[in-house]
Amino acid sequence: MTSQAHHQLAAAATAPPAPPSSMPSIGSLVRRPEVGSLIGMIAVLVFFSIFGGANFMSAGGAASWLNVASELGIIALPIGLLMIAGHLDLSVGSMVPASSMTIAILSGHYGLPIIVGIVAALGLGLAVGFINGVLVIRTKVPSFVVTLATLFALAGLTLGLSVILSGSTSVALKSGRTAKLLFGDYLGGKFEVTLFWWIAAILIVGFILNFSRFGNWILAMGGDAVSARNAGIPTNRVTIALFMSSGLCASFVGMSQAILYNSAQVAAGQSFIFNSIIAVVIGGVLLTGGYGSVVGIVLGTLTFAIVNQGIFYTGFDANWASLIIGVLLLAAVLMNNTFRTMALTYAPRTKPRAR
Amino acid sequence: MNTPMLRLTAINKSFGPIDVLHDISLEVNRGEVLCLLGDNGAGKSTLIKILSGVHKPTSGKMEMDGRSVAFDSPRDASDHGIATVHQFGGTFPLMSIGRSFFVGAEPTRRWGPLTIYDRKRANEIAVTEMRQLGITRIDDGDRLVGGLSGGERQALAIARAVHFGASVLILDEPTAALGVKEAAHVLRIVLQARRKGIAVIFITHNVVHALTVGDHFAVLIRGAKAADFRKGEKSREAITDLMAGGEQMAELEAEIESFSAADDGHAPEGAIHA
Repeated sequence: MTSQAHHQLAAAATAPPAPPSSMPSIGSLVRRPEVGSLIGMIAVLVFFSIFGGANFMSAGGAASWLNVASELGIIALPIGLLMIAGHLDLSVGSMVPASSMTIAILSGHYGLPIIVGIVAALGLGLAVGFINGVLVIRTKVPSFVVTLATLFALAGLTLGLSVILSGSTSVALKSGRTAKLLFGDYLGGKFEVTLFWWIAAILIVGFILNFSRFGNWILAMGGDAVSARNAGIPTNRVTIALFMSSGLCASFVGMSQAILYNSAQVAAGQSFIFNSIIAVVIGGVLLTGGYGSVVGIVLGTLTFAIVNQGIFYTGFDANWASLIIGVLLLAAVLMNNTFRTMALTYAPRTKPRAR
Repeated sequence: MNTPMLRLTAINKSFGPIDVLHDISLEVNRGEVLCLLGDNGAGKSTLIKILSGVHKPTSGKMEMDGRSVAFDSPRDASDHGIATVHQFGGTFPLMSIGRSFFVGAEPTRRWGPLTIYDRKRANEIAVTEMRQLGITRIDDGDRLVGGLSGGERQALAIARAVHFGASVLILDEPTAALGVKEAAHVLRIVLQARRKGIAVIFITHNVVHALTVGDHFAVLIRGAKAADFRKGEKSREAITDLMAGGEQMAELEAEIESFSAADDGHAPEGAIHA
């Protein structure tokens, strides 16, 4: 590469700009970093459609993993953005039940209008996210530790307040038709409406990451926070906004779960902590930040959900699902590393020039 | 009489009880390359950090174009037209060339009711600016910075500084990690920047590279300016000796030679640890 490059450098110091290549070549498509995640998802889909039989591919089967994917996906998207920016948010594991309990206690136990519960639940998510963000930028403690602390603090607060206010760790919630239709219904008796919220979230986050200046700031912050700040990016504001978005999304999932299941439990949602990280990492986001894509996060979420639910359609004991996910995670990370290296070394095949 | 683009007068910097820079006075004119030479620990990086707004001088005066300035932050320094390029150039290896070129200053366009990042324009400008500095291998702004060679990354960073209208360009050891050909190309780019009328501060401990592009030289030793001279006033050997802190280089060479003679070309055991 270098010798030829130098030849060209020396020869063409004042060459006019080349026309940008208009068509993506097959080579550049193969080197799209999401390809690894896509291969992974197709592999598990094929695996489970073979071993899971006809039921897995039926509408009901698809609904079972799409429902899991949509709830996980709504949380995985902002977690992915945070990870691209170089942060983690573990507190979503407590945010989901905290939000469920908020709406159930306000609108169920106290009988306030459902809208009050919804606003309070989402407001709590934004507030917790704001606190996480401020703690991270003020203390400079790694966000892993900060959000681990808020994870436990919020879990304790939820449990304590629930028992004081409602005398129980599980509260029933009866919501009206509109709220049900919007947040907690099944379409065709199978597909949760959260699926549409997930699609909306994909579009919004995809827009932010790919088409807004904000997206560029997120990538830059994860690549090198100091350089990003020096380049004039308001890194503190971006960090707080990202934590608020993950708080909001986690509380949205908690709130819609409470409406869907007509009740809320104190101890629900811890699985979202690792599941969201797994989905995002399978999707090719670099754990240390600076790299990732929305397509990848979506593919990672689907892969996780397929394994998580697909196992029930096979003859295997469901206990093996975690083993598969563990192996898959490792395989996905290795494959993503390979594709990332290929993307880094990718060079258009320059036609040898006449000399 | 022309005012220097950047003038430092009696800059001192101490961190607590430790004095790092004493009484540094320097001048750089437009279209001139000032080479800042010095061994490790001579205070070069502290001086760069003062110039780029990371640290504030303990005392002393900084003037740009005759006006007194003080930088609150690196951002403030770059708003004043000071661009700093570090050894490894672009620090965002996993961002595309277009995106990293415009980081923090992204071009936008309207898309329906939304304002979106103008990827095409960013890529075009980034590629054009790089080609103007002779990097013709790059024709796709979507490529990742990490796929560029060290010299190309330097070129990208310098192209960025030029594009955003830097009046002072600080290059921190731009050639240190590069091969011979790549280094030569970066030196050529430095001269191109100089031709555009930019005041360049070139930090290096490679005397050959310094002599190739420099108009004006300053040697730092233990935080003080040991010498300040113009092109052609000192020989390469004299400069090397100065950087090593006096006449020690010749002594050192003699010492190494005596080791080689005594031990068949191998340094005696223990000599390295001594």
